[in-house]
Amino acid sequence: MRIELQKRAGGSSVFAVLSPFVALLLTVLAGGIMFALLGKNPVFALYTYFVEPLADPWSREQILVKATPLVLIAIGLAVCFRSGNWNIGAEGQYLIGGMFGAAIPVLFNEWQSPLVLPLMLLMGMAGGALYAFIPAILKARFGTNEILTSLMLVYVAQQFVDWLVRGPWRDPKGFGFPGSKQFNESAVLPSLSSGSDVHLGALFAVVAAIAIWFVLTRTLKGFEIAVLGQSPRAGRFAGFSAKRLTIFVFLLSGALAGLAGISEVSGSVEKLDDKLSLGYGFAAIIVAFLGRLNPLGILAAGLVLALTYIGGEAAQISLGVSDRAARVFQGLLLFFVLACDTLIHYRIRLVSRLPKAGAA
Amino acid sequence: MGYDFSKKARILAKTGKGAATPVPNVQQPLLEARGITKIFGDLRANDTVDFSIVPGEIHALLGENGAGKSTLVKILFGSLQPNSGEIFWREKSVSIRSPSEARGLGIGMVFQHFSLFEALTVAENIALSFGRDTPLQAVSEQTRKLSRQYGLPLDPDALVGDLSVGQRQRIEIIRCLMQDPALIILDEPTSVLTPQEADTLFETLFRLRDEGRSILYISHRLEEVQRICSAATIMRHGKVVDACDPREETAASLASKMVGAEIANIERRQEPANDEVVLQLSNLVMDKSNPFAVALKDISLSVHAGEIVGIAGIAGNGQSELFEAISGETVQERADQVVIDGEPVGLLDISKRRAIGAAFIPEERLGHGAVPNMILSDNILLARHASDAEKFCKMGWMKIIAGKALRDVARRVSKVMDVRKSAENPPAGSLSGGNLQKFIVGRELDRQPDLLIVNQPTWGVDAGAAAHIRQSLIDLAASGSAVLMISQDLDEVFEVASSIAVMSEGNLSSPQPASSMTREQVGLLMAGSQAAMA
Repeated sequence: MRIELQKRAGGSSVFAVLSPFVALLLTVLAGGIMFALLGKNPVFALYTYFVEPLADPWSREQILVKATPLVLIAIGLAVCFRSGNWNIGAEGQYLIGGMFGAAIPVLFNEWQSPLVLPLMLLMGMAGGALYAFIPAILKARFGTNEILTSLMLVYVAQQFVDWLVRGPWRDPKGFGFPGSKQFNESAVLPSLSSGSDVHLGALFAVVAAIAIWFVLTRTLKGFEIAVLGQSPRAGRFAGFSAKRLTIFVFLLSGALAGLAGISEVSGSVEKLDDKLSLGYGFAAIIVAFLGRLNPLGILAAGLVLALTYIGGEAAQISLGVSDRAARVFQGLLLFFVLACDTLIHYRIRLVSRLPKAGAA
Repeated sequence: MGYDFSKKARILAKTGKGAATPVPNVQQPLLEARGITKIFGDLRANDTVDFSIVPGEIHALLGENGAGKSTLVKILFGSLQPNSGEIFWREKSVSIRSPSEARGLGIGMVFQHFSLFEALTVAENIALSFGRDTPLQAVSEQTRKLSRQYGLPLDPDALVGDLSVGQRQRIEIIRCLMQDPALIILDEPTSVLTPQEADTLFETLFRLRDEGRSILYISHRLEEVQRICSAATIMRHGKVVDACDPREETAASLASKMVGAEIANIERRQEPANDEVVLQLSNLVMDKSNPFAVALKDISLSVHAGEIVGIAGIAGNGQSELFEAISGETVQERADQVVIDGEPVGLLDISKRRAIGAAFIPEERLGHGAVPNMILSDNILLARHASDAEKFCKMGWMKIIAGKALRDVARRVSKVMDVRKSAENPPAGSLSGGNLQKFIVGRELDRQPDLLIVNQPTWGVDAGAAAHIRQSLIDLAASGSAVLMISQDLDEVFEVASSIAVMSEGNLSSPQPASSMTREQVGLLMAGSQAAMA
C-alpha cells in the first residue's frame, strides 16, 4: 500500500478556493499538538493566540500596524513569483529602504518642511529598488541564481544597518544605546486617525494592492508577467524579454519593500534603530503564497500573518511560551499552504501493489 | 571478473534464459517481430510491422521522422506495449513488458539523449544502473576492462561534467555492455558525434558484431548505413516498405524507398509570376547554442510574393534554428542578413518583425506557439499585442487589454478555421492538437501578413485539419503573400510548395521549382548528399 499523486486533468477549482482555508485549519491543529507537547492546555493556548487579540481594540490596531509592511512587501513578491523570479531578499530591501529614507532626518535633523516626508518615501523606495537591482542584474547578465544572491544580501544589509546605528548614525545623547536621533515632526508619517498607531502606510498598502491587482489582471504588463512565468519560450515568441522583466519585477518589489521599510521607520519607530529587522521580509513570502499571489488575497493574508505576531506576543506573556512559537506557526502555515496547493493539480490515490522495480 | 553484472538483470526477467550463450544456428533470427501494430488515437504509428534480425549482423532501421522507427524500437525494448502482434526471441514467443525485462532477455539500448549525472564520476554513473549491493570497485574494474576490450577509451574516475559528448556516449555504451547483451539498439548514435568520433564508434560496432552480437542501428544517414550495415528494414508511415541489403543499393535507391517515390506526384497550380522579394536571407550564419543544436552555415534564400517556398529535410538539421533566426527570437549579427519587405531586420526583435508584416508559426504548439493554461483570447494577444497594438492595447502607455476585441478575434478565427472546442473561450491546452494548430494558423492568417514563416504546419495533426491548414497556406500565397514553409513531410512539401529547397546539417540547398524536382533528388539532398543535383 502506498500513496500516489495523480495529475488532475484541468486543476480543481474547488481546491483552488479551499486550499488556504484547509492550510489554516491544519496549522491550527498542528499548533494545538505543539502546545500539548509543551505541556500547555492546547485550547487555551490557541484561544490566546488566535482569538484574544481580535477581542482587544489595542491588539486589533497592532494587527493593522504589523500587516502594513507584510502586505506591501508581499505584493511585490507576488509579482516576482508570478513571473518566475524568486526574490527571497525582501528583508534586505526593506532594511535598505528604511535606511535610505531615514538618511534625510538623520543627516538633516533640523530640516522641517512639508517636502521632507515625500522625499523620505521616495528615498525609501529608491533604496529598496537599488538593493533589489543587484540580484536582478546578476541574474539577467550572468545567470546567477537569484534565490542565493538575494538571500545573502539580506545578511549584508542587516550587518550594515546594525553598524550604522551603532556607529556613525548613533544618537550621541542616546546613552550609548544603538539607534539614531528621534525624527522631528515633519519626518513622521501621520496616523490615519488621531491617537491611533495605524499610520498612513496602511493606506499605501491598500492602494498598492488595488493598483498592482489592476496591472496584473488588466494590462499588457500583467499579461507579460503571466506569460513569462508560465512559459518562457512562448514569452520569447511573444517578443517579451525575460531579462528586462527580471529587472522590472525586482525593481518593483524592491521599491515596495523599501516603502514598507521607510513607512515602518517613519510611522512606527520614528527613528532608525537595531530592531528594524523582524523578519517581515521572510514572513511576507508566506503572505504572498497564502494570498494566492493575488494582491487582494494578500490584503487578507497579511492580517492572518500579523495575527501570529500579535498572538505570539500575547502567548509569551500569558503562557510563558517563547516568541519563537510565532515563527513555528509561520513555518507551519507556509508548509501547509504549499502542500495544500498540490491538491489543486493532483489528487491523492492509494495504490495497493508496488510495481516491479526495474534494474536501472 | 568478480561480479556478474548480467545476473541482476536476468533474474528480474521471467523469460530470461541467459543472454550471451552462443547461438548454434546463425541463420535463425535472434529476434523476430510479427504483425506489430501500435495505435495512438487515430494514428497507426506501427501498422502490422514484420521485422527480424539475425545474430552477428548490423541491421539498419531506416525511415523519415515519424515513420514509426522509434515506436517499433520502444516496443522491442519494452517501453511501449503493442496493440497486437507477437515478438519471438530465439524463436520463443515472449512478451516484453518493461525495459528491465528486455535487458533480462539480453537486449540493450543506447538512447540518443543520455541520462547521466554530470556531478558524478563515470563509474558512479554506471553503478547507478545496478543494485546497492554492487561494489563500486567492481564497476570501475569492469569499466576499464570493457573500455580496453572494445576500444572505447574512458577513465572510470573522470567526472562526467568534464567529458565530451562522444565520451559520454561511450559511458552509455559501456553501461549497456555490462549486461552482456545479445542485441544492442542504437538510436541515431552519430547525430551528436564528430566524424572522427563516429569512425571510432564504427570500429567498436564491428568488434561487437564479430563476437556474434546483433546491432540494430537507427539512422537516416544513408552513407553510414551503406558503410556499416549488412541488412536494412525501411519504414514509411508506420509500415515496413522494404527489407534489403544496403550495400547492394545506391544512396538514391535507398532514399527513394525512404520517401516513397512510387507515390504519384500531385498536380500543382501555376503560380502567378511576381518579382517582388518579400524575404531575403543573405549569408545567414549562426553558431550552436547547445550540444544538440545545429549551426546554420551560410544560408541565402529569396522568397517572392505569391510563392510558397518549401524547405524539406529531416528534423534536427537546423530547421528550428532557421525558424528562430528568421522570426527574431534569435537576432543576427548584421541587419542585412535578414531582409523583410525591403527592410533590413537582422537586429530587430520578433515584435518589430511582426510589425513590418511578418507572421510566424512555430513547430511546438504548447509552450511556444501558445500558452497551454491561457484562454484562447489571451493566446491571440500573445502573438499580436505588438502588430495590432491599436486594437488590443488601449489607453496609451497603460496598455489596458481590450478583452472584448480579443474575444471577437478568437471567435472569428475559430469560425474561419473550424476550430472545435468544448467551451466559448477555453484554455489552449484543452484543444486537441489539430484544433489548436488550426487556431494558431488562423491567428496569423487573420492578420493578412505579407510574409508567413511556418515550421511543420501539420505535425501530429489529423488528416482533415492538415488539409484545411494546407489549403489556407495556398490561399494566402494566392492572395499575394509570401510563404516559407519548413516541413519534414515530403508529401506536404510537394503538395503545397511552388519551389523546394532542402536542409541538411545546417546547409540549405538552392530552391528549385517544385515541378523540376523529383522525390529521389529531394531524398538524396535530405540525406546530405550534395551530388544529388549533379
